[in-house]
Amino acid sequence: MTDDELIWRIAGGSGDGIASTSQNFAKALMRSGRHVFTHRHYPSRIRGGHTYTEVRVSETPVRARGDGFNFLLALGDSFARNPSENAYYGNEELKPLEENLDELREGGVIVYDTGLLDASEIDDFEERAEENDWHVYPMDLRNMARDFGREVMRNTAGVGVTAALTGMDLNHIEDLMGEAMPDEILEPNVEILHHAYERAQEEFDHTHDVAVPGGEHDEEQALLSGSDAIAYGALDAGCRFIAGYPMTPWTEVFTIMSQNLPEVGGISEQVEDEIAAAALAIGASHAGVKSMSGSSGGGFALMSEPLGLAEMSETPVVLVEAMRAGPSTGLPTKPEQADLEHVLYTSQGDSTRVVLAPGTPEEAYDQTRQAFRLAYEYQLPAIVLYDQKLGGEMTNVPASHFDREPNPDPGSVITEAELEDAPHDATGKYQRFQYDAEKGVTPRSLPGQKDGRFLVTGNEHHQSGHIDEDPENRVLQMDRRLGKFDHISADLEEEDNQTYFGPEDAEYGMITFGSQQGTVKEAVDRLNDDGHSVRAVSISDMAPFPTAELAEFLDGVEEAVVVEMNASGQLRGLAQKELGRYGEKMSSLLKYDGEPFRPDEVVEGFKASIDGEDLPGQNTKYVPAAGD
Amino acid sequence: MSAFSAIGERGEVEREEFTPGMEPQPTWCPGCGDFGVLKALKQAMPEVGRSPDEVLLCTGIGCSGKLNSYFESYGFHTIHGRSLPIARAAKLANPGLEVVAAGGDGDGYGIGGNHFVHTARENHDMTYIVFNNEIFGLTKGQTSPTSPKGHKSKTQPHGSAKSPIQPLSLSLTSGASYVARTAAVNPNQAKEIIVEAMEHDGFAHIDFLTQCPTWNKDARQYVPYIDVNESDDYDFDTTDRSEASEMMQKTEEALYEGEVLTGRFYVDSDRPSYGQEKRAIGEMPEEPLAERYFDEEYDWERSHDLFLDKHK
Ligand SMILES: Cc1ncc(C[n+]2csc(CCOP(=O)(O)OP(=O)(O)O)c2C)c(N)n1
Ligand code: SF4
Ligand SMILES: [Mg+2]
Repeated sequence: MTDDELIWRIAGGSGDGIASTSQNFAKALMRSGRHVFTHRHYPSRIRGGHTYTEVRVSETPVRARGDGFNFLLALGDSFARNPSENAYYGNEELKPLEENLDELREGGVIVYDTGLLDASEIDDFEERAEENDWHVYPMDLRNMARDFGREVMRNTAGVGVTAALTGMDLNHIEDLMGEAMPDEILEPNVEILHHAYERAQEEFDHTHDVAVPGGEHDEEQALLSGSDAIAYGALDAGCRFIAGYPMTPWTEVFTIMSQNLPEVGGISEQVEDEIAAAALAIGASHAGVKSMSGSSGGGFALMSEPLGLAEMSETPVVLVEAMRAGPSTGLPTKPEQADLEHVLYTSQGDSTRVVLAPGTPEEAYDQTRQAFRLAYEYQLPAIVLYDQKLGGEMTNVPASHFDREPNPDPGSVITEAELEDAPHDATGKYQRFQYDAEKGVTPRSLPGQKDGRFLVTGNEHHQSGHIDEDPENRVLQMDRRLGKFDHISADLEEEDNQTYFGPEDAEYGMITFGSQQGTVKEAVDRLNDDGHSVRAVSISDMAPFPTAELAEFLDGVEEAVVVEMNASGQLRGLAQKELGRYGEKMSSLLKYDGEPFRPDEVVEGFKASIDGEDLPGQNTKYVPAAGD
Repeated sequence: MSAFSAIGERGEVEREEFTPGMEPQPTWCPGCGDFGVLKALKQAMPEVGRSPDEVLLCTGIGCSGKLNSYFESYGFHTIHGRSLPIARAAKLANPGLEVVAAGGDGDGYGIGGNHFVHTARENHDMTYIVFNNEIFGLTKGQTSPTSPKGHKSKTQPHGSAKSPIQPLSLSLTSGASYVARTAAVNPNQAKEIIVEAMEHDGFAHIDFLTQCPTWNKDARQYVPYIDVNESDDYDFDTTDRSEASEMMQKTEEALYEGEVLTGRFYVDSDRPSYGQEKRAIGEMPEEPLAERYFDEEYDWERSHDLFLDKHK
């Protein structure tokens, strides 16, 4: 494979500063005009345990991890618990080098820190390197860092070596270090960066063919993650209250909001549990503030009952659900898309919630804003469903995408002036839940408004809010609440949230959602370049579901593979339930080993679906269509 | 100009204003202590001087949770155990509101116990009334967290093996800054305590003994009661934590020996409320957040202007 891209993997121990180093590396390359995409892998531990981040660098836009990588910077795990081969978790000290070799491409580069890693302890290292034409550049980064004063600086030294070997300028890296580091740390870091760069230039005979590609942006870019985009979408939607309880990976959105809300005069509350978190968001919203909460699988399960209360009491609220691999505590730091059904169906009774599942940072920003708009206009909960992958991966997005007017509109709310002419009951209670309200929504009054009082309850209630078990009232109120969905469907059609790739008249289809969008897009491009005829749709509207739109898509293709990161084919199940047919047209490509799909796995999966061949990869699974 | 003009507008209100027209007749059983809470609350309102439109009464689920069906104000009948987190957030969102939460002993000390501990700890400026009938009323008489040890019910046929929770002591150690116990059979004291609790700036917890003649037939009617602040038999300082703690323990034990002690047990008027603490560290705006959405002059911040630079 000719490498017109650089996929740089920096590997070390949890706690070794891999994340911040890779972020600076990506940003430096973005600043110099390249497109970047990061992919991270880390264990559920604070110290120790092998972790890596990949930075994929390309001349053209990239929105997926690659198939493997071509440059390894193995720093060694300075926190390794157990340097013995017989240990349950294996020899951890060696892992940053050893465990990454399988995915390193032919012709790839290896830079490793001889201060911590001894390649001769790895079985057949030399032979494998020769066989795969790997170009190995060992350097004692740890001792170099010690000489310059601080051992953590081996990361900076590693970046210096990388730059020398890939033809990258140091100026952007230096700028970024200058922006983040206080003077006394900056100086030795700049020194070691240059020192390592020069040594790599002088000491090594550069035999490899991996380099930073060219590139130029035509507009200013920002490097951000799905979590950033969700938080900014919320802030720009006028959200000024968040309540939460930490849980990976939702903690990222919670943290960003908690850091930014005080700056805009908002309130963030870390509370006793997720039941409280959702309840607080409901309470603040009831009092008139645009509010949100969120969690990941287990924490979201605790929100189930408040979620139903928001539906029944018609209190607007936005919840975000950051999926990680389940069930139960599952793989806490690994991505999966197995909470789709959980989010759609949890809580008792017939539900009235909006669920949007963005697939890119841009969509995350846009759809979070939509979630607020729909929640507050239609007085119901709206959920933004995403996963650990979309939340944490960083990519460059045109800064102009965020250059939009804020929307602090509190939605369907009545003013005191309007209350004067609004219908009230005998003692002056406002008729908060009128049967014949336009689009099913009576503008809500807010506590403290003159003559706006009403009772709201999770029990079935009368127009005035009072508990009412009369069958006729029950049906009227249920129909009214559920009827909002028709209006929301029409409203969402305008938003055009589904994203399509590939030729319109393609023979075959692919369906996916959320964080797999970029990977599927890349696979579709490759397949079409290879002479196949494939079109893909990435679905965001999970509730209400774009039934007619998907039916049209399916009518246009012979067969479609549904690509999702779970074991039971939840999106395919949802599509079949909503469409009521096409069971014979949809097959599944599934992955649930804790790692997202690689583009080549999707390509192979597609081929398996059309010619019935077995999948080469161990960890993906193909499930044929019904009746096949 | 405020979008919530009811707040602070009147000062003078009549007791009758708090009786709704829709459902003026509570459906509680005859002789139920819950009537006593409703009555005391209505009586307190003219003294507190807040109108129905500036009160938000959040309740849990239980016989007690029906309180806001029979009390005219903004009302939120929430879910079992969750009145506190909803109520306290409403207070943060619009601090001008008079926020009251209420519910049963099962609701507040059992299923919602975590929220009780944390809301007290944070000292939110609100009043919390727990209808303590030592039983699950609405679900027909099961043992509750305050039922005495040995209490028999359909779900504990051999008598409860558990010692009851000590609500006053729990409240104090959790951090409540006003802790009182009153009883439905003592309407004057109950009214006075409710007035004090609503005027108190901080978390005011009232453990309200409410007899349940339907399911707790053996239980006392909470008579005769003794007001510990007035009785010569008791001498303690309600502003002193350790004296209050000792008195609470005595009171909690005495209840199960047939002696009903009521009154104010702990009052700390100096401790800042949660809202004050949060403002002091710059994490809560001075102006009520809820007002901002009606302020046409307000220049809403944009993430593009404030936060995007660090991503470039
Ligand atoms: C999550 C949940 N669990 C159980 C119930 C059923 N339930 C309703 S009220 C109640 C207990 C009522 O006891 P208490 O809180 O003491 O109120 P009381 O009726 O005595 O006033 C229970 C268990 C419920 N509504 N929700
Ligand atoms: S069951 Fe008990 S608590 Fe409930 S209304 Fe009847 S007497 Fe009151
Ligand atoms: Mg009870």
